[in-house]
Amino acid sequence: MAKVTVDGIEVEVPNGVSVLQACEAAGKEIPRFCYHERLSVAGNCRMCLVEVEKAPKPIASCAYPVADGMKVFTDSEMVRRGRRGVMEFLLINHPLDCPICDQGGECDLQDQAMAYGLDRSRYMEEKRAVKDKYMGPLVKTIMTRCIQCTRCVRFATEVAGVPELGATNRGENMEIGTYVEKALTTELSGNLIDICPVGALTSRPYAFVSRPWELRKTDSIDVLDATGTNIRVDTRSGEVLRILPRTNDDVNEEWMADRGRFAFDGLKRRRLDRPWIRKNGKLQPASWAEAFAAIAAKLKGVPGEKIGAVAGPLVDAEAALALRDLMAALGSRNLECRTDGAAVDASRRDFYTFNTGIAGIEEADALLIIGANPRIEAPVINARIRKRAVAGGFPIGFVGPRGLDLTYGHDWLGEGGVTLRALAAGTHRFNELLRVAKKPMLILGRGALARADGEAVLAAAWKIAAGNNMLQPEWHGFNLLHHFGGQVAPLDLGFTGGLAVGLEVLWLLGAEPPALPEGAFVIYQGHHGEAAAGRADVILPGAAYTEKDATWVNTEGRVQHGRLAVYPPGEAREDWKILRALSELLGHRLPYDTLDALRAKLAEANPVFAGHGFVPHGCADTSGPTGDPTAVSDAPFALAVTNYWQADPISRASATMAECARVYGAPQARLAAE
Amino acid sequence: MALTDKDRIFTNLYGLHDWRLEAARRRGHWDGTKALIEKGRDWIIEEVKNSGLRGRGGAGFPTGLKWSFMPKQSDGRPHYLVVNSDESEPGTCKDRDILRHDPHTLVEGCLIAGVAMGAHAGYIYVRGEYYNEHLVLQAAIDEAYAAGLLGPNACGSGWDFDLYVHRGAGAYICGEETALIESLEGKKGMPRLKPPFPAAVGLYGCPSTVNNVETIAVVPTILRRGAAWFAGFGRPKNSGTKIFCIQGHVNKPCNVEEEMSIPLKELIERHAGGVRGGWDNLLAVIPGGSSTPMIPKKICDDVLMDFDALREHRTGLGTAAVIVMDKSTDLIKAIARLAAFYKHESCGQCTPCREGMGWQKRLMDRMVEGRAEVEEIDVLEQVTRQIEGHTICALADGGVWPVQGLIRHFRPLMEERIAAYKASKGSPAPTLPMAAE
Repeated sequence: MAKVTVDGIEVEVPNGVSVLQACEAAGKEIPRFCYHERLSVAGNCRMCLVEVEKAPKPIASCAYPVADGMKVFTDSEMVRRGRRGVMEFLLINHPLDCPICDQGGECDLQDQAMAYGLDRSRYMEEKRAVKDKYMGPLVKTIMTRCIQCTRCVRFATEVAGVPELGATNRGENMEIGTYVEKALTTELSGNLIDICPVGALTSRPYAFVSRPWELRKTDSIDVLDATGTNIRVDTRSGEVLRILPRTNDDVNEEWMADRGRFAFDGLKRRRLDRPWIRKNGKLQPASWAEAFAAIAAKLKGVPGEKIGAVAGPLVDAEAALALRDLMAALGSRNLECRTDGAAVDASRRDFYTFNTGIAGIEEADALLIIGANPRIEAPVINARIRKRAVAGGFPIGFVGPRGLDLTYGHDWLGEGGVTLRALAAGTHRFNELLRVAKKPMLILGRGALARADGEAVLAAAWKIAAGNNMLQPEWHGFNLLHHFGGQVAPLDLGFTGGLAVGLEVLWLLGAEPPALPEGAFVIYQGHHGEAAAGRADVILPGAAYTEKDATWVNTEGRVQHGRLAVYPPGEAREDWKILRALSELLGHRLPYDTLDALRAKLAEANPVFAGHGFVPHGCADTSGPTGDPTAVSDAPFALAVTNYWQADPISRASATMAECARVYGAPQARLAAE
Repeated sequence: MALTDKDRIFTNLYGLHDWRLEAARRRGHWDGTKALIEKGRDWIIEEVKNSGLRGRGGAGFPTGLKWSFMPKQSDGRPHYLVVNSDESEPGTCKDRDILRHDPHTLVEGCLIAGVAMGAHAGYIYVRGEYYNEHLVLQAAIDEAYAAGLLGPNACGSGWDFDLYVHRGAGAYICGEETALIESLEGKKGMPRLKPPFPAAVGLYGCPSTVNNVETIAVVPTILRRGAAWFAGFGRPKNSGTKIFCIQGHVNKPCNVEEEMSIPLKELIERHAGGVRGGWDNLLAVIPGGSSTPMIPKKICDDVLMDFDALREHRTGLGTAAVIVMDKSTDLIKAIARLAAFYKHESCGQCTPCREGMGWQKRLMDRMVEGRAEVEEIDVLEQVTRQIEGHTICALADGGVWPVQGLIRHFRPLMEERIAAYKASKGSPAPTLPMAAE
């Protein structure tokens, strides 16, 4: 520890931290542009200058290590003069277009110019203009505004792992760009917009849409992948205008994947905003009363075992519980949530969650990936793996398609079953690396279970975990990587009985099963109508994730609450309320009238819902799921998500995502050699 | 008292003799190198310290002290010697003559310096424009390898030492030591943040020391003739001999090895044939390469050419490239040209230098015409002050000093120019930026 005096305030900070961090520990705010705590230090903006006793020149506090007994002055004449000078230099070539700049109101340069800027310009020469660059359909560039802080370059190189951005030319002519103009090939490009301190990189879909002070900000959870990214939904007059990540070091740090960030325009398109009833073979608009009456009439006299319910991948825990309870009241045990056919074993929670935890990846010292492409399936988790990989001493084995660019080097072990069996038998060369590791982990893709021998794959993966030191009392290295934010909660609620054959009534809660039973009466409840809704006999319009107070469970099994940001469109309602209202009509009143009462029932149904967040845990019981590890077929693992941009109903309805899909083509074809 | 031929280190500075190994040996180079190495690392560093040798690249940091910063024991990482031969400072051409006419002084120096810092590999970063010079240097290195003077068991001393030549691509900034290291690693030449200093984390993350060509090349002779011999030249703390590059409005521009602390007037008159049109025709001198502030004639009359004397006059010895300007010179235009150079060569990393150098250049361009207000001289001065000392590397300081020197000594000239413009063309139109710009 080093004792540092900042403006007379004495603080004790660990050795090796920067002066800037010491100043923050003392409660002194240091202005900065290039410094970002999650990126390497560049030290080039020179805004964070402070005075250090006995130093002849002001020093850049972001890059200077503290020393014991150091005396720092953050507001001396030397410091103020230095910062004012830097600010003046930044502004001479910065366009005065704040009134039309999308960064206006949340711009670091604007804010700091209030503190250190002059009220007039002394610069009488011509200003610099820089040609705008094309960086893809998501990031809009106005490069004249760029202050060359290189945060974007460092983000792309260090976090996203795509070293495609850089600075060309020298001095005043320095420009940030991709050199050869092309769209950035990363699923994290939206973060460039967040880290850019000025309006050089802004959101293309959000261009000229709104001002930050007009927005209502609601904290919520992203469900378009299974990461459970903490988000802030910005809305104005009942419309979602943008989605930004919130900082949560345990989940997403401060990053967010592009689909979750930009697919929200799909929330306004192709929505089910009123009930529909099929009459004479055609769907007709109806009122809620008519739709409920139609369902009640159909259910009358149908025995419980002829009724089934399927939960989709974007379903919240409340709706799943309400549907489960309603089905139970009707006497049905035909429940299913694994519409993709994945042989997930819900008998024990650690069989189907990401037990290591996302933050736990940083503690691991060896990784085996089976049948998953984390870059596509969970880009933010992939960034965490990359962070760990960059730190070194982290062998990564990969079983699946060859030649994937995961943004970090990995050892391709094989394509499928043969390799998996060898790993399970402990005879593969990669077993050696796993065995010597102290905290090895594996990531099993949900897609690897969606095949005929899925049970065997799960059992084999568990056997690999058990046989390679991954299951310890204090460390759980078995991880299942789900694809969507609504896939774990139904598993927690036992939505897994399986469907009997010959069902007469099928209730689809945002689900798209691959095949529907012939002649069954289909009730579709959800927000986006796709094929299943087209086949439905009654459609009940539900709420999307931004439109309800809901509980979500991410792939780790982390319980988080999203909040209602906008009301569902038209006559659509929150899903549990629809089920609660209908239950009354069916004579099986569900025992909850308020969200609190429902959440109390949730906690009763599964104690995990009583808590919040994620509790790191070890593995107490190493006995594996049912299934024969040796029965894995030779078939290669196919990747479940092939089109990152259009993987769910919301993003399939999004024009932004359609443009991305067009520009980026089929992402799975992007090979390492590219 | 001028330096006599017997005390010159670079006995083939003018290329009158052969540069090859055979001839170099006849001139005394590579003599007893093995014995020098065998005296050990500590002895070498101690001798260099005692000789008072200060870095010849411009900053004048004591060389022996710099070498002693290298870790005594390797922690497993190799040590590297890096020789800065990216001589890009306008007016400076001393290293060039060493490279092409006396390369063996440098090659031998590299070996000894390598021993002194525990390095088994050395890299000579040669300015890209020095194409022929690098060929000569490479040939000299090849000769040394062939003669067993480099490579495994160099000179029979038991020390393995390899020497590599790397050509730059012609960026001024790559003469800054950490930018040079970046460039050598294959990256864009941009100075690194210090600390950590290269002696701790340098080339490829390993302890490294970057020295100027001349600094390294004088070391073998110092060791052979003794620290006291070298320390006997010049004033205390400014000892030794130094190659001066004298150019501009002199009758015989030349490079000459002279004693440190020689009076400027004597240097010019003895070696360069005097100022064109006589000493009284002198207007100003830039004493140490383009980045040192100029001094007017009245200071030139009696100033001594060494680090401390020039510093007293708020300029510096720099690379000892003496740029002489007689009364025919348009000083404002001359400095405007330098401002243009520094704008062009700014690497663009730090805000003050990136944005400020262009501002300075444009202001200077208007000063040349006189198309400015008198108050703008103060703006110019402030701009240079806002750049100075606020950047990662020292090149920004060097880029504004010439302008500061001009304003310090010749402000009346600038005011006259502005008045003349006003008299002939009226007040310049204000070029205020428009609000919506």
